[in-house]
Amino acid sequence: MLPLRVTAVFRDAWLIAGKDLKIEMRARVGINQIVPFAVTVLVLFAFALDTDQEALRTYAPGLFWVTVLLASLLAIGRSFAVDLADGASDRLLLSGIDPIAVFGGKAAAIAIQLVVLEVLLAAGVVLLFDVTVHRYGLLVCAGLAAAAGVAAAGTLYGALVSGLGVRETLLPMLLLPVVAPVLVGATRAFQDAFGVAGAEGWAWLGLLAGFAAIYGVFGALSYGALLEEA
Amino acid sequence: MEPAVRLRAAVTLLGRFPALAGVDLDITPGEIVLLKGPNGAGKTTLLRLCAGLCSLASGKGWVLGHDLNDERRMVRRRVALLGHRTGLYDDLTVAENVAFWARAAGAGGTDVDEAIERLSLTGRLADTRAGRLSAGQRRRASIASLLVRRPELWLLDEPHAGLDQQSRDTVDALVRSAAAAGATVVLATHELERIQVLEPRVVSVVGGMVRQGSDSANAPNGEDASTESDRRVP
Amino acid sequence: MSTVVAATTSSKATRVLGWLTLAGFALLVALAFAWVPEDTRITEQGDVVGQFDAVRLMFVHVPSAILAYTGFGLTFLASLAYLRWRTDWWDMMAHASAEIGVVFGVLTLVTGSIWGRPTWQTWWEWGDVRQVTTLVMVLVFVGYLAMRRIPADTAVRARRSVVIALVGAVNIVIVNRSVDWWENRTLHQQSTLTARKIRDETLFTLSFSFAVGMVLFAWLLLHRFRLAYLESQIEQLEVDEAMEERRAEAGLSDDSKEQP
Repeated sequence: MLPLRVTAVFRDAWLIAGKDLKIEMRARVGINQIVPFAVTVLVLFAFALDTDQEALRTYAPGLFWVTVLLASLLAIGRSFAVDLADGASDRLLLSGIDPIAVFGGKAAAIAIQLVVLEVLLAAGVVLLFDVTVHRYGLLVCAGLAAAAGVAAAGTLYGALVSGLGVRETLLPMLLLPVVAPVLVGATRAFQDAFGVAGAEGWAWLGLLAGFAAIYGVFGALSYGALLEEA
Repeated sequence: MEPAVRLRAAVTLLGRFPALAGVDLDITPGEIVLLKGPNGAGKTTLLRLCAGLCSLASGKGWVLGHDLNDERRMVRRRVALLGHRTGLYDDLTVAENVAFWARAAGAGGTDVDEAIERLSLTGRLADTRAGRLSAGQRRRASIASLLVRRPELWLLDEPHAGLDQQSRDTVDALVRSAAAAGATVVLATHELERIQVLEPRVVSVVGGMVRQGSDSANAPNGEDASTESDRRVP
Repeated sequence: MSTVVAATTSSKATRVLGWLTLAGFALLVALAFAWVPEDTRITEQGDVVGQFDAVRLMFVHVPSAILAYTGFGLTFLASLAYLRWRTDWWDMMAHASAEIGVVFGVLTLVTGSIWGRPTWQTWWEWGDVRQVTTLVMVLVFVGYLAMRRIPADTAVRARRSVVIALVGAVNIVIVNRSVDWWENRTLHQQSTLTARKIRDETLFTLSFSFAVGMVLFAWLLLHRFRLAYLESQIEQLEVDEAMEERRAEAGLSDDSKEQP
């Protein structure tokens, strides 16, 4: 009984993630709007820091993650807007898919988009801010763990504000304080990976993984209650 | 026999507005029921309540044997609700939309082909993105993605609105075949003449309440529920 | 049928609590300014160090912090209780205590900042775990209150609130740990109370300020909770009224009930 249900959850999560990713591939909102937005933010940081190459190199990890967090707000909002556009969110409720699968699928799709964004931004940071990568393993692991954490917390809060008229303004306000630890942890890990500060990179990776695990479990458990709209 | 829908003093609030102000309604399986009433009478909310999408503020209700107070998830997977919105993703093709909702309901590929066939969505139309369809085509695609779920209770909210002649005929055929297959159909529509041939039982909805009429030969065999004079929220 | 019992949030109990708070606060001011000496210590090198007059701010800062965390803690507990019993009572309790928590959280941050300027030579110290944790906590609950302000079905809003409150509680632990590792140092006094580095007068006044704070908290909570209750009563009246209109629309007279 239980294995059967678990299989169904994974199958449905895969279905939802595939649907979300296919829509994003087709609509190209990510490539046409979110990525250019993120790159623009990086360029603005360079302007703000007055073309000081040394400062840019030092602060590159922090600037990178602030940019990712800002862009993630757009990706999360977009993920829920697609379902709300013509009543698909009601149909998802009516389909009888386990809410855990909906949560897992949407979070996975957002996480994959964030990873793609991180790769592009990392290239941007290397090119624009003149940083060199010292530890590739740490860089990749921290990027993946942070994307998973932001996606899990973001999906939870995206569902929470979806259907509210003011969701575009409420989401940043609710989500950003919650993902603050990701910013701290991922920045420290990247400082280590870029070799700009002696931080315990792998210990920070532990924090990121823990964050992703906590919000993954919490989101999966509470998603059903959030979807049960009146 | 277990009623398809049974509501007792059902009250549903939209915010602070009592969209349903104490509804008593019995629908037996296999019935075709027409909800009639002015705009704002509560027809849409009544259909959404039966789909398990609204909650009861007070009163009791069962749909297909499941309690509307605590088994709404069981209700949802057994009904099909065709609302004003189509539930389609603009960036997916018609075939992809239908296939997605079929897989979400655990239905197979043959169901998808059959549904696309029945709603004349084959050929180029099947590979067109939903965002490029006309309103009528959209509605047909929406119905196709409901058909794959083989629902036991159809809830149709203004299914004819804004449709061309071909699509209207499709809707009528759908209602007929669903009823013939033993499913229950509840619909709200202004197209009374079209529906008359199906001999539905007419239920008038006024002010968030229901008066069960006997305009049809197909009278309810449940108890007489015309005594809704003094029910209210506790 | 619900009726509004009294259109006021005060009662004999709140009046007693209110006067107690006022009297206690007056006494606290007197103690803090007249009785407690300024905080100085002479180091082994013979330097005079300490918080000097700024120590008097502690009698506002420390109880504020305790009240803020009591408020947030109560929101967390009330949210858990709501999950268990699903009654509006617990939802209103969570709302009321969160609001008080935010007010005292802001007061904590402001007084802490003012105190930090002469003592630590900075308005804000990012390396301080408690300061940063409190700031993030206040931000989370400002979001909580903003969400609650949006009109929604009572049960839907309550469920959303529970999620934010529980996430907030989990979050405070994560933020606390991460900031701790972040700087791995803290400027905050490490358990000055237990280490007995504190003067008797200061200790007494500090304890007294806790007591005044708790009475104030109870007073505010009662008023705020009753306000929420009255609001819900008004909402219910509006629903009843709309229900009457709806029934009139349906052509049913309803003589057996009378509306105020």
